[in-house]
Amino acid sequence: MESLDLLRGGLEAALSPENLLWAALGVLLGTFVGVLPGIGPAMAVALLLPATYGLEPTAAFIMFAGIYYGGMYGGSTTSILLNTPGESSSVMTAIEGNKMAKRGRAAQALASAAIGSFIAGTIGTLLVVFFAPALADVAVDIGAPSYFAIMLLAIVLVTAVLGSSRLRGFIALFLGLTIGLVGLDLSTGQPRLDLGQSLLADGLDIVVVAVGIFALGEALWVAAHLRRSPLTVIPTGRPWMGRDDWRRSWKPWLRGTALGFPFGAVPAGGAETPTFLSYILERRLAGKDHEFGQGAIEGVAGPEAANNASAAGTFVPLLALGLPVTATASIMLAALQGYGIQPGPQLMTTQSDLVWTLLASLLIGNTLLLVLNLPLAPAWAKLLRTPRPYLYAGILFFAALGAYTVNQQPFDLLLLLVFGLLGLAMRRFALPVLPLILGVILGPLMEVKMREALAISGGDASALVSEPLAVVVYAIIVIALVGSVLAGRRAKRSTLDTEPDTDTVPKQKEHV
Amino acid sequence: MQPRSSLRRTARGGIALAVLLALLGACGVTRGDQDRDIAMMIPNSPGGGYDLTGRTAVRIMEEQDITGGRFEVSNIIGAGGSVAMAQLMNAAGDEHIMMTVGLGVVGSTYSFGADYRLQDATPIAQLIEEQEGVLVPADSPFGTIDDLVAAWQADPGSVTIGGGSSPGGPDHLFPMQLAAALGIDARDVRYVSYDGGGPLTSALLGRKIDVGFSGLGEFEGQIASGELRVLAVSGEERLDRDPLAAIPTLMESGIDFSFTNWRGVLAPPDISQERRDELIAFLAEMRETPQWEEALEKNGWTDAFVTGEDFEDFLQEQDERVATTLEELGLI
Repeated sequence: MESLDLLRGGLEAALSPENLLWAALGVLLGTFVGVLPGIGPAMAVALLLPATYGLEPTAAFIMFAGIYYGGMYGGSTTSILLNTPGESSSVMTAIEGNKMAKRGRAAQALASAAIGSFIAGTIGTLLVVFFAPALADVAVDIGAPSYFAIMLLAIVLVTAVLGSSRLRGFIALFLGLTIGLVGLDLSTGQPRLDLGQSLLADGLDIVVVAVGIFALGEALWVAAHLRRSPLTVIPTGRPWMGRDDWRRSWKPWLRGTALGFPFGAVPAGGAETPTFLSYILERRLAGKDHEFGQGAIEGVAGPEAANNASAAGTFVPLLALGLPVTATASIMLAALQGYGIQPGPQLMTTQSDLVWTLLASLLIGNTLLLVLNLPLAPAWAKLLRTPRPYLYAGILFFAALGAYTVNQQPFDLLLLLVFGLLGLAMRRFALPVLPLILGVILGPLMEVKMREALAISGGDASALVSEPLAVVVYAIIVIALVGSVLAGRRAKRSTLDTEPDTDTVPKQKEHV
Repeated sequence: MQPRSSLRRTARGGIALAVLLALLGACGVTRGDQDRDIAMMIPNSPGGGYDLTGRTAVRIMEEQDITGGRFEVSNIIGAGGSVAMAQLMNAAGDEHIMMTVGLGVVGSTYSFGADYRLQDATPIAQLIEEQEGVLVPADSPFGTIDDLVAAWQADPGSVTIGGGSSPGGPDHLFPMQLAAALGIDARDVRYVSYDGGGPLTSALLGRKIDVGFSGLGEFEGQIASGELRVLAVSGEERLDRDPLAAIPTLMESGIDFSFTNWRGVLAPPDISQERRDELIAFLAEMRETPQWEEALEKNGWTDAFVTGEDFEDFLQEQDERVATTLEELGLI
C-alpha cells in the first residue's frame, strides 16, 4: 500500500484552511464560467487558468482542480436546464435531463448529475493513483481495429433507440451520418460535401449541431405554437432527490464509471463514446415500464458518471505517457508544464511529490464541488420558473452566444439557424433526435478508425480482427444481434397470444 | 422573487465575463499611435507552431517597441490555414496586416482548391526552420536509417509510416519526398495520418506503425526516456542541443536529401514597396534581439532569415515542390 501512504502525504500537504479556500474559490469560478453557453470544461479551464498563476504550486493545483471539476459540472447544468450542451460529452445529458427539468424535476437531475460526477471522479482518481503506470502500458496496445469494433457495437445498439417508427429512426440516423461526412477527408485531404465553402472544410462542430437542433429547434417549435397553447410555467417540484431517485441512480452511477474510466485511459478513446454507451445501456436495462423519452433519471446519472470517470481516466495517459487525449487534457498539459511539471514516462518517479499533491487536490476539489453545488441545485432549478417567452428568449440568446464562441465565426450563427430549422422540421415530422446526434458523433469516429486500421494493413480487411479486444467485441455484437432476433420472435409470439401491447416501445412524440 | 434573482445572477456573471473579455481584447490594441498598429493573423489554433512563432515575434517587437505601435493577434482557424489565407488575399492593399505562414499553409491551398498561392500575397520574410525526425520505437528492428532504407526500397509496402499531419502537411510531405529521393514510387508508400503528435506517439508506443515522421518537439520526453529512438534528422546540419545532437542527418547517412519545415510572414497583396521595406526592417530588427536568439534556442528552431524577393523565390520553389509531390500521389 505504498501508493496509499504517498497519497496520504499528498493529502496532508494539500489540506489546510487556506488551501480549502482556494479550492472553494476555484469551484465557484469554474461552475459560473462553465455555466456560460459555448464554454465547455476545456474553455473554462483555459479562461481561468491565469487566475492560478502566482500561487504557490500546492495552492495552484487545488484551485485548478476546483476550476476543472466546477467547469465540468457547469456544463451539465446548462444541458439540463436550457437544453444547450456546452460540449460533445454533455450532449447525452441534455436528452433526458432537459425532459426531467420540463417535468419539474430539474433539481433531481442536477443532484443526480452532481453526485454521479462526484462518485465517478473519486473512483476514477483512486484508480489513477493505484494503476496509472500499469494501465498506460496496456492502453497503447489498443488500436484502431478495437475502436472500430466498439463503434460498430454502438451503431448496432443505436437501433435500440430508434423510437416507435423504425423508418423515421433510420431517416434520422442517416441524416446524422451525412452531417458527419461534411468536411475534409483526413486520409486524402479531399473536401466532402463542403458546398465550396472553406468554412465547412473542418466539418460541423457537434456543439453547433446539437444546440441548433435541441435548443433553437425547440424554441422555434414553441414559438410556432405559442398562440395556440396556453402559457404554462414549468413546475419547480420538490427540491431534493427522493428515496426512489437514489434507488434508481446508484447503479447507473457505478455502471457509468465502469464504462467511462477505460475510455479516458485509452489514448484517443474520446469522452463522448462512453456517455452514449452508458445512455444506451441504461435504456436497455430499464425494462418495460421505463421513463426514457420522458425524463428518466437513469439517463442523466449514467452518462454524467461516465463523462467524469473518463475525465479522470485521461490522467492515465497524461501523467504516465505525457499524452493529452482530449481538448481539456491538452489544456491541462499546458497548465502542468506551467507549474513546472513535465508529464511523461518519468514523471511518476522524478516528481512524485507534485504528482501526489495534484491527485490529492483532485480528490479535494471533487469533494468541495459536491459540498458547494448540491445545495445550489434547487436554486438553479428555480430559473425555469421564468415565464416561457422570456425563458426561450434567454435560451436563444445563450444558444447564439454559445455557437459563436466555439470558433468566433459569424458563419456558425448561420449554421445554427439551419440546424434550428432542421430541428423544427424534425419535430414537425416526429423524427427522433437521438439517432441523428449519435450518427453525427459516431459516423466520423468510426470512419477514421476503420480507415486507420486499413491504411496500416494496406487494405487487408483481416486487420479488422487483428486485436483480441476487437474479436471479443465482434462476438458481443453477434450475441446481441442473435439475442434481439430471438427476443423479437418471442415477443411477437407473446403479443399474438395476448392483446397487442403498444407501450413496449417508447413514443417519440412527446415534444413540448 | 427567487427565480428573478438567480436569473439576474447568471446575467450578471455573463456581463462580467463579457466585460472581462472586452478588456482582455482591448489590451491588444490601440494605445499610442494607431497608424502604427498592426494586426497579426495566425492561421491555426492557439498553442500550435504558427501560434508560437507569430506570438513570439509579436511579443519581442512590442517589448522592444520596434514598430512604435501595438499588435493585435488573432487566431483564424480553419481548413489548414486556407480560411486565414483567403482573408489575407481579401485585404489587398491593407498595410496594417501581417500573417504567419509556413509549409503547411502551402499544402492547404492545394488541398482546399484555392486559386491563389502564398507568393500571390506580399512575401515579407522567412523567419525560422524546424527539422523533422525519423522516429522508431525502442525495440524496432531498424537500428539505423540504412536498415530502414534497405527494407523500404526492397518492399515499400512492408513499412508502415505515420505522421501527425493530413496530406499536404509537413509530416506527409517529408516521407513522400524522401521516398521519391530514394527511388520509391510515392504511391507505394503506406502512410497513415494521425491527428497530431499525441495520437502519433501512442501509435508508435503501441507498435501500430513501424516509423513516425514528425517534428521532434512533442517527443522529447519519450526520446529522453529511451522509449523512442530517432534514426535521423532531416536538416542539412545536425541539431545542436542534447540529446539530439548525437543524431545524424540524412545527408551524413549518404542520402542526398534534406527537408525542413519553415515559417515566415506575409502581408496582403498590393501594398506599397515602401511599406514592404518597412515591415521587412521591423522583422530584421526583431531578429537581431537577444530575446529572439533565446526563443530560437528554447524552441529548437533554426534561424533562416530570408526577405523580400528572395523569400518570394523560395515560396515559388516550395510551392512547385509541394505541387509535384501531391500530383505524383494523385491528390490534386
